[in-house]
Amino acid sequence: MDRSLLSGDEAVALAALHAGVILGTGYPGTPSTEILEAFFELGGKAQWAPNEKVALEVGLGAAFAGGRALVTMKHVGLNVAADPLFTAAYTGVSGALVVVSADDPGMASSQNEQDNRHYAVAAGLPMVEPADAQQAYDYFLHAITISERWGIPVIFRMTTRVCHSKSVVISGRTEIAPPGPTHFEHDLPDRVMIPAYARPAHKRLRAKLAEIAAWGETCELNREIPADATAAGAAYTTLGLVASGVSVLHAAEAAPGARILALGLTYPLPIERVRAFAGSVDRCVVIEEGDPVMTDTFHAAGIDLEGKPETYRFGELNVGRVRRILGHDALEERPVPTGKAPELCSACPYHTVYNTLRKHDCIGAGDIGCYSLGVLPPYQVMDTLVDMGASIPVGLGLRHALPDEQARRVVSIIGDSTFIHSGIPGLVEMIYNPPPTGHVVIVLDNGTTAMTGQQEHPATGRTMEHTRTGHVSIEGVAQALGIPSVTVMDPYEDPDTFERLLIERLAARELSVIVARRPCVLAAADIRRWEQAAAAAANPIQMAPEAAVAAAGAATGGAA
Amino acid sequence: MSAERVPTVVNVVMAGLGGQGVLTASDILADAAMRAGLDVKKAEVHGMSQRGGLVTSDIRFGDRVWSPMVPPGEADYLVLLAPTELEATRAVLKPGGVLIDTGVVAAEDLPNRRSLNVALLGALSVHLSIPEALLLDAMRADLPEKLHPTNEQAFAIGRERALAAR
Repeated sequence: MDRSLLSGDEAVALAALHAGVILGTGYPGTPSTEILEAFFELGGKAQWAPNEKVALEVGLGAAFAGGRALVTMKHVGLNVAADPLFTAAYTGVSGALVVVSADDPGMASSQNEQDNRHYAVAAGLPMVEPADAQQAYDYFLHAITISERWGIPVIFRMTTRVCHSKSVVISGRTEIAPPGPTHFEHDLPDRVMIPAYARPAHKRLRAKLAEIAAWGETCELNREIPADATAAGAAYTTLGLVASGVSVLHAAEAAPGARILALGLTYPLPIERVRAFAGSVDRCVVIEEGDPVMTDTFHAAGIDLEGKPETYRFGELNVGRVRRILGHDALEERPVPTGKAPELCSACPYHTVYNTLRKHDCIGAGDIGCYSLGVLPPYQVMDTLVDMGASIPVGLGLRHALPDEQARRVVSIIGDSTFIHSGIPGLVEMIYNPPPTGHVVIVLDNGTTAMTGQQEHPATGRTMEHTRTGHVSIEGVAQALGIPSVTVMDPYEDPDTFERLLIERLAARELSVIVARRPCVLAAADIRRWEQAAAAAANPIQMAPEAAVAAAGAATGGAA
Repeated sequence: MSAERVPTVVNVVMAGLGGQGVLTASDILADAAMRAGLDVKKAEVHGMSQRGGLVTSDIRFGDRVWSPMVPPGEADYLVLLAPTELEATRAVLKPGGVLIDTGVVAAEDLPNRRSLNVALLGALSVHLSIPEALLLDAMRADLPEKLHPTNEQAFAIGRERALAAR
């Protein structure tokens, strides 16, 4: 047993290592990113996928082979991966597949605060929710066990506070069987979801869920925290709270005299246990962040308990808000004061791009990444931002619908990692359904997934380990698709050329892609170092330092 | 699990701008609390922290810590690295809570301005029951070796200033 101070993300990585996870894959997204990075640091096999759908499918394949697979993403990433998720519920797995969904109630760094507990219900997959890093470690091992025992993918739902809070973790107390060998056996009816096979598969899924529900009534993931008899307020002794995730901890602190039913398996919910618990106290309140998912389920089962006023649907909970819920305080809350907002780094290469877009009164169909900060003053050149990859299709839609004078000023702005994630189908749409005014796509290529902390991606051509691998060329993809005008340039080095190019392409009434390439200032030194190391590894003959630098420059910067 | 649920925890909030070392200082404090055998939790929001915005970190330690977040208006100490962010953060302090800011020790007072985070940790240390030696151990464990001398100096200066001001 080992005692260490870990974040929830690090605790999941450690558990994955101890569980013998054969492959960890995912797409970076706050607050989930550190899981795979920590798994890699610990010596696990971890890799970034181009997007969450691909990651889930790769993980599914590994689990079909009998391996234990970990797939990580932020909450909105599960939307991208929803297609395989729903049918993987039917196919099931031979090994284990645990899908981490890192939700962001309060939107510390996200475009929405969707509550992914709905996905467990909708897809019909068991959901496990830890409250802190210790539980992230222990419950991840349970999730692997559940996945293998019932041959079903498990959603492991974390939230920003669980992912990023650090607490003491004692590892080695939870038992886990060693992983079995990987091997393939033909099993067409289980894994090929043509209608004839999918119909019985749906029934198998429901039968598994019924078994898991029965098991969940007494499983150790759902525990009662006893009331503190020494707590002030004897009236509390007849108060019972039902909670999950970090809300358990807020509830335990807000009402020390209350009994708490802390749920770690939140789908399927232990209905009869909750019914008995609610019946054993005078007042029973559900403490849950986000949507009233548990409350509605308990009410539908005819259990007499309270939910929360509507104002607590928004944002994350804390001890103070739980006290107010218990005090029936449904008043609109005062906004929390905000400090200095984040901004683009002063030496960011995007400044010149945004200056130019603003000067020419462009309509910017934006996307998700650091460059989203272009929405803030002084630029305010991001007119739309919805989801990963939306910039190109939304820009096309605007061009189709707007009068000519406005349509000609529409540009789509997308980063390099986002382009790889889901920008390419937008380019395909652009070729297939071009607007009469043409279109201009600007790929802001800073050579890294900057916003989430400089992760590698297929267009950097380096792995998570920063060693060389296959490289996807952004301009090569655009050219291969048949975009008539593809230009690569450095907007920071040469802002005047960028401006002339933009004016020309906006006037041209044809399809254009401008790759504005300049490494992120925060990552540039690291990128040079990795490229030098990669060049040295690729060429065992000792390179002169100047030659190594030149090779690195040719690989990362400059006009391609 | 202990039935002891009435909190007897020390609540510290650290705040500053991205790049000032708020998260590093809070890691050191949390690490030191763990070395002292205490239960400890630490919460912060990452994500935008590298873009120069306000960064806050909650550190809580004691016999048993439940929520990782300091309840609003219940911080015993607010350690503030950026004076501009006082308005946005002062509400975290409880009545009578202690503000530890650049009025106690400023970047100009230090051999290296970048050690302000550790200097303010030194200033905070005079209020805590965690032994100074454990805080320094944690600092050495969390920072690269070449930074140890300047940070040891910064910690000592912060501690002296805070003791003198008492």
